[in-house]
Amino acid sequence: MTAPVLAVEGLSIDARTPAGPRRVLSEVSFALAAGETLCLAGESGSGKSITSLAIMRLLPKASLRVAAGAIRLEGRDLVGLSDRAMRRVRGGAIAMIFQEPMTSLNPVMRIGDQLIEAIRAHQGAEDATARARAMLDAVRISDPARRMGQYPHELSGGMRQRVMIAMALSCRPKVLIADEPTTALDVTVQAQILTLMRELKGEFGTSIILITHDMGVVAEMADRVAVMQAGRIVETAAALPLFTAPREDYTRTLLAAVPRLGARAGTDGPPRVTTQPLAATPAGTPPVLSVRDLSVTYRGARGWFGGTAAGHKAVEGVSFTLQRGRTLGLVGESGSGKSTTGKAVLGLVPFAGEVLLDGVAIAGLSPRAMRPLRRAAQMIFQDPYASLDPRMSVGAAIAEPLAIHRMGTAADRRDRAAELLRRVGLSPDHASRYPHEFSGGQRQRICIARALALEPRLIVADESVAALDVSVRGRVLDLMLELQETLGLAYLFISHDMAVIERMCHDVAVMRGGRIVEAGTRRAVFEVPAQAYTRELMAAVPIPDPARRPEPRRAIA
Amino acid sequence: MAALFLRRIVQAALILLGVAAITFLMLYALPADPAVLLAGRNATPQTVANIRHQLGLDQPLAVQFWHYLVDLVQGDLGRSFNQKTAVAPLIAARLPATLTLMAAGIAIEVVIGLTLGVVAALRRDGFVDRAVMTMSFVGVSTPQFLVALLLLYVFAATLGWFPMSGYGTAAHLVLPAFTLGILGAGWYARVVRSAMIDVLGQDYVRTANAKGLSAPRVVLRHALPNALLPVIAMIGIDIGQFMGGTVVVEAVYGWPGIGQLAWQAIQQVDIPIIMGVTLVSALAIVLGNLFADLVAPLIDPRIRTA
Repeated sequence: MTAPVLAVEGLSIDARTPAGPRRVLSEVSFALAAGETLCLAGESGSGKSITSLAIMRLLPKASLRVAAGAIRLEGRDLVGLSDRAMRRVRGGAIAMIFQEPMTSLNPVMRIGDQLIEAIRAHQGAEDATARARAMLDAVRISDPARRMGQYPHELSGGMRQRVMIAMALSCRPKVLIADEPTTALDVTVQAQILTLMRELKGEFGTSIILITHDMGVVAEMADRVAVMQAGRIVETAAALPLFTAPREDYTRTLLAAVPRLGARAGTDGPPRVTTQPLAATPAGTPPVLSVRDLSVTYRGARGWFGGTAAGHKAVEGVSFTLQRGRTLGLVGESGSGKSTTGKAVLGLVPFAGEVLLDGVAIAGLSPRAMRPLRRAAQMIFQDPYASLDPRMSVGAAIAEPLAIHRMGTAADRRDRAAELLRRVGLSPDHASRYPHEFSGGQRQRICIARALALEPRLIVADESVAALDVSVRGRVLDLMLELQETLGLAYLFISHDMAVIERMCHDVAVMRGGRIVEAGTRRAVFEVPAQAYTRELMAAVPIPDPARRPEPRRAIA
Repeated sequence: MAALFLRRIVQAALILLGVAAITFLMLYALPADPAVLLAGRNATPQTVANIRHQLGLDQPLAVQFWHYLVDLVQGDLGRSFNQKTAVAPLIAARLPATLTLMAAGIAIEVVIGLTLGVVAALRRDGFVDRAVMTMSFVGVSTPQFLVALLLLYVFAATLGWFPMSGYGTAAHLVLPAFTLGILGAGWYARVVRSAMIDVLGQDYVRTANAKGLSAPRVVLRHALPNALLPVIAMIGIDIGQFMGGTVVVEAVYGWPGIGQLAWQAIQQVDIPIIMGVTLVSALAIVLGNLFADLVAPLIDPRIRTA
């Protein structure tokens, strides 16, 4: 075997804290062979991003410091390199692409200038423009000449990530570090970007370090995998054996938690998590939620004198009903209108059409008349970090809906908050603590407790587990299933994640461009999708099994 | 862009109309009777009545306001009570001095403020940062007349580098411009510092670093342009403030600008001049905002499509 392109040896990193240094990465070692794709896989806080930033020497100096170890690029240690020499390595021998294509490009600089600048930084000035255009062509962007003069906000997320890749590969780096490069992208776009990376790896002879939390992406991309947890590498193995015969417990847990599309095939509903008999809905009760011909138009910016830009139809002609104790999944890519639909049924955005909550039309209700209805329907949001007031104790946050609706005395509300905390698997004495003391999963439980405070019959869950690690995600989903079985809750479950939808839902509506393109029982939609778009969505989901990896497509010369 | 421009012009006209109406009404709220003022202390009631009739002050309020507006549109700001000449040329004569001082003051505060703000952000929490922030705090909280007198004492009276007061040469401009500039720079430094700290933490700055660009290029080409928007807004505000005259600075340095004109007019209750200066000040604020609205899209392409 030839010498590795990049070798990380015993890398340890300390965080500076007021209480002295705290180790956040310990004794991490791996080697990257020429032409290899190595995946650093792990959940949040495992140290995978810190490792990559350390290789680039982009760690925030004020807070993180390499305590020990070496990072050798073709034998040369980068840790002690001068800043000037390191700048030549960055973007030259090692390039990096990041998770957020929306924010990773300079918003006030033309695409072309950003590319040219990267080329000039390492390879001199002549023909940089032509080479920049050729790079845009290489990442299969349509109309590269025009893109050169455009600004980032004029491009979609997928295109921006292609630009990032073009920029990273423009100086033919030996190593490309890709930090969650597709996490922020829609699943069909993710599939395109992953394919592109596989193809370009061959064309440019680059080795790749791919950092991801998604075991499906790992299975599709990795030659070898290093599983990380809490700042250490738990296990390193070739991709196939890692998936088929993981040696370490943690790897096994991680793999077991990975949602697999098709896992619920042959069943009609989500898995049962309690033994309690399901309450039957008496015939003739109105559905919890009934939506007919719902449309939402976002008005363009309005000037002083009523001059309006043309409105944008976010949702158009959407109809569905949702019965007690059932879950309807709204699935679709960004911009499909699924979140807007969720907001509209709660009366949070103006809409046209008919929305009946418990049989009562909510259109045109005054805020006062809407109030009792708000008790019946609650929402859980995507980001448990942003949806809790950091200055409000958890108990107060859970009791707040009760206070708003003037229910019970302060003491009653405190008792209720304690009871709700227990209900979602937390301890009642957590009530006096503040959100920052909790993990993401615990915070989402708090949000669920808050939503439950008013004993709603409907909960709109908008990407409620998207921000959580897989292992935590499973437990939160189980909690939601348990609450549904015991309380008869109806969920409007909004997600871009096909596997999560499959696990949670009885019925599914696939949305695209503001319309429902296909709807039916989850079993029907997932097992015999009628629409090409639904099939496309399902096919784009990475399969967490390296043996079923898609054939490498022929590189376009 | 053109639509935006047009909309702003219409808004500006409406704002000016409002200001004109308010100043006009304030004139009537004043206890001073212009006719009495004009006629002098020893005039007979008959003379006062004549003057009142001459000025049209005996006509209904609405009619007077209409005449006032019609004159205004024609660029006629009325006649000064004391100087017995038209107000518009009086203000126009003062405009070059005011505009020169405004431009120089803004240039100085922007240059100093930007430099200090960027340096402070790059050396965040270090000694330089603390020093700059302390200085800017002093700058922000020091009254203009104090700085003006200090500069006068040191650079004019003691060192004799610059003239004590007056107008005409570049040397005359230095001290008043620095008085405005030093004080304004304190604000700019603070705003630029916080904007830069925010921008330096953005993903695209990390991308720029990951490309292997030199530190100056990362700061000047990637970070700074993104931190300039608040500066543009502040320049817009300063245009509005300084163009209406800087009374204190002009008074200390004997600078023949609009501020001085206004100050004298107030002392003499020369109402047409006061009204004229008020309108010009309002126009200046409108123009300053217009400037900010038009320049911001040049810096940030995302505003252009809006």
